[in-house]
Amino acid sequence: MTNTLLTISNLDISLPEGSERSLAVENLCVDLAPGETLCIVGESGSGKSLTARALMGLLPAPHVRVSKGSINFCGEDLIQASERRLREIRGSEISMIFQEPMTALNPVMTIGTQIDEIFRYHVAMPAKERRQRAIQLLEDVQLPDPEKIVSAYPHELSGGQRQRAMIAMALSLEPKIIIADEPTTALDVTTQAQILKLISDMQALHKTGVLFITHDFGVVADIADRVAVMQNGRVVETGSVDEVLNRPEHDYTKKLISSVPSLIPRPPRTRSADVVLAVQNVQKTFGDGKSFFGFGKPNRVVHAVKNVSLELCRGETLGVVGESGSGKSTLARCIIRLLENDSGKIMLDGINLCDLNRKEMRPWRAKIQMIFQDPYASLNPRVKVGQIIAQGPMIQGANKKEAEARTRELLEIVGLDERAFNRYPHEFSGGQRQRIGIARALALDPEILVADEPVSALDVSIQAQILKLLDEIRERMNLSMVFITHDLRVAAQVCDRLAVMRYGEIVETGVTGQIFNAPQHSYTRDLLAAVPGQKWDR
Amino acid sequence: MNSFWNRFSRNKSAVLGLFILGLVVFMASIAGLIYPDDPFLYSRFPLSGPGVNGFLLGSDSIGRDVASGIAHGAKTSLLIGLIATLAAVFIGVIFGAFAGYYGGLVDDVLMRITEVFQTIPSFVFAILLVAIMKPSIESVVIAITVVSWPAVARLVRGEFLALKNREFVQACHTLGMGDVRIMMAEILPNCLSPIIVIGSLMVATAILIESGLAFLGLGDPNVMSWGFQISDGRSMLRVAWWICTFPGIAILITVLAINLVGEGLNDALNPRLRERN
Repeated sequence: MTNTLLTISNLDISLPEGSERSLAVENLCVDLAPGETLCIVGESGSGKSLTARALMGLLPAPHVRVSKGSINFCGEDLIQASERRLREIRGSEISMIFQEPMTALNPVMTIGTQIDEIFRYHVAMPAKERRQRAIQLLEDVQLPDPEKIVSAYPHELSGGQRQRAMIAMALSLEPKIIIADEPTTALDVTTQAQILKLISDMQALHKTGVLFITHDFGVVADIADRVAVMQNGRVVETGSVDEVLNRPEHDYTKKLISSVPSLIPRPPRTRSADVVLAVQNVQKTFGDGKSFFGFGKPNRVVHAVKNVSLELCRGETLGVVGESGSGKSTLARCIIRLLENDSGKIMLDGINLCDLNRKEMRPWRAKIQMIFQDPYASLNPRVKVGQIIAQGPMIQGANKKEAEARTRELLEIVGLDERAFNRYPHEFSGGQRQRIGIARALALDPEILVADEPVSALDVSIQAQILKLLDEIRERMNLSMVFITHDLRVAAQVCDRLAVMRYGEIVETGVTGQIFNAPQHSYTRDLLAAVPGQKWDR
Repeated sequence: MNSFWNRFSRNKSAVLGLFILGLVVFMASIAGLIYPDDPFLYSRFPLSGPGVNGFLLGSDSIGRDVASGIAHGAKTSLLIGLIATLAAVFIGVIFGAFAGYYGGLVDDVLMRITEVFQTIPSFVFAILLVAIMKPSIESVVIAITVVSWPAVARLVRGEFLALKNREFVQACHTLGMGDVRIMMAEILPNCLSPIIVIGSLMVATAILIESGLAFLGLGDPNVMSWGFQISDGRSMLRVAWWICTFPGIAILITVLAINLVGEGLNDALNPRLRERN
């Protein structure tokens, strides 16, 4: 590496006193060459985002600051640089793409004005020319109808379009380095594939160095030249993408890589013919509410679930896969009767659950339980863990003693210490909280579990543990499961059968292996093609 | 609890406020011991200045002890403030909880009712209510309650709206839990912090309204209060400044102390604002 753009040496970032560890980033040494993509991979809390912020001089000072080391950017130490110089560098020489384009863009300014700001601040140029440049940039990032998008507000664009606009802004002054902090994490897989391609195209064109921060090994496999793996603030391994992914040296890297679910579906299990749950022609629309006095136009109507029929057999796991907005979560909430469906039947043991009112529904609640996505939102922060798990059986008529005994048993089944009983949820990590959520669902001895993205908020190594736990309890309790996910890797490892959803409709159902190897519908093919890191898998 | 105190005590002015408030409460509770006589008892020495004729803070036009009035008045002010606030929080929580939780028609009806109360300027409304009912401690408490619950209702409704779709509430639905239990045992504890904060600030407002009413002659004529003292001394401000001034200072300090405590509670209970400085 003769000409390096950026050399970070011995960087320490210190955290305020009383934090979990004293240094967020410890002794970090990486470098970046022009036209190269360096991926920093790590789980949450590994310090990867703070590293990116340190480069931009955007650490939340004075609590978090660089305490040691240097960041050498083309012969200039950014840590010693004045605030004025840093402002010049930001945007023009180093620019950043953030994870959540909706919050990174200013909602009350048009896209054009926000791009314009960069030019206005950094270069002297007449207004007309600036506008021309902005349109040109939007065209470069392949946004449709750039003339129109220039005067659009962020909320008028889709997530992918917003991220393209962010990239246009980042590229506007042809920076030497782009820092991308999880730029595709909030996007669907098909959009993610497009954005990743766009970033690498732009990079090839402008010889930009890209520092790409991600937690997703699939993405790493697709775009990285070199990889740095971070754990608890330290880089544990660096090397070329081939070395790190295929011949990992460090134990932590090995563990992370082995936790990534494989895209090759696991062998099918024998299927029982006994149907436990049948969803028949379920429809659900949102937003036909009228105002108080009946004035005004009715709101826009969204058909979230259109005429969906599914069958779940005893002991099987049925995956419902689809991108955001496909209606898969709405379907799950209709099945569990959190939402009233407009029409259609949900048959459980020969009874149509839709006909039952709240009181009649109560005994049936025990048979069908849900595991929620967000382990931080799904547990009441003011209620003790033991109470959270025990209240289900108590509502269903168990006495306090029985419920408590059952709770302690369940805590053990999900792999938690019995002492968890008297603690509050905030004392637990994300993975442990998800275990508590699972224990709560199991407390009623359900026949069916509906799991709505149960692992998508978790780090990859925790995700593997939770999937394993779900597998164990499914075997042990002979549970049938509806597993909602957007992640085809997870689906490949968990589900016996898959239903692919788009725009509220099921476009294809079939045995997992069959769908992966011979997808029938064009949308399924698109989805499968968009999964990152395929060449690495095979 | 310990960490709560740590966060609260980080705000020095809040600790000062709590200290002053403690002194006022202490003064109210020992008023009967240091001034065992009726504060309405008049003496032979009208219009004595502070320190003259054995009056610590002077006496008024018919020789009543201003200091005794302040001590006894503290009890009135604090009690009225506290009771009115508790009543207002109670009504507000029920209205807000039902409106926020059920939404739709229930929300529309309850909120339109709340708005009717909010459209009338609160002090004018309080005067009107007391004038209709006949001035007494009860009517003052009722008036203050009626004008202050809508703020609580709106706050609680907002919190319930935000919390009712959270996953932990949905999880309770899937367990088959009843609505009232979800509202009171699951959602309400999660919005206690803002309720405590608004409640503490409402005590201060209630004390001000009570003083204002008493000043206009709408207080209970048989109960000593700070507003009554000020109203009584108003006409003699030029000859006997102390009659108005000391009860005025008492109101100022108490309201200020309660506001400081409220601010401190806000900082300590609201994690999002904690790192404000």
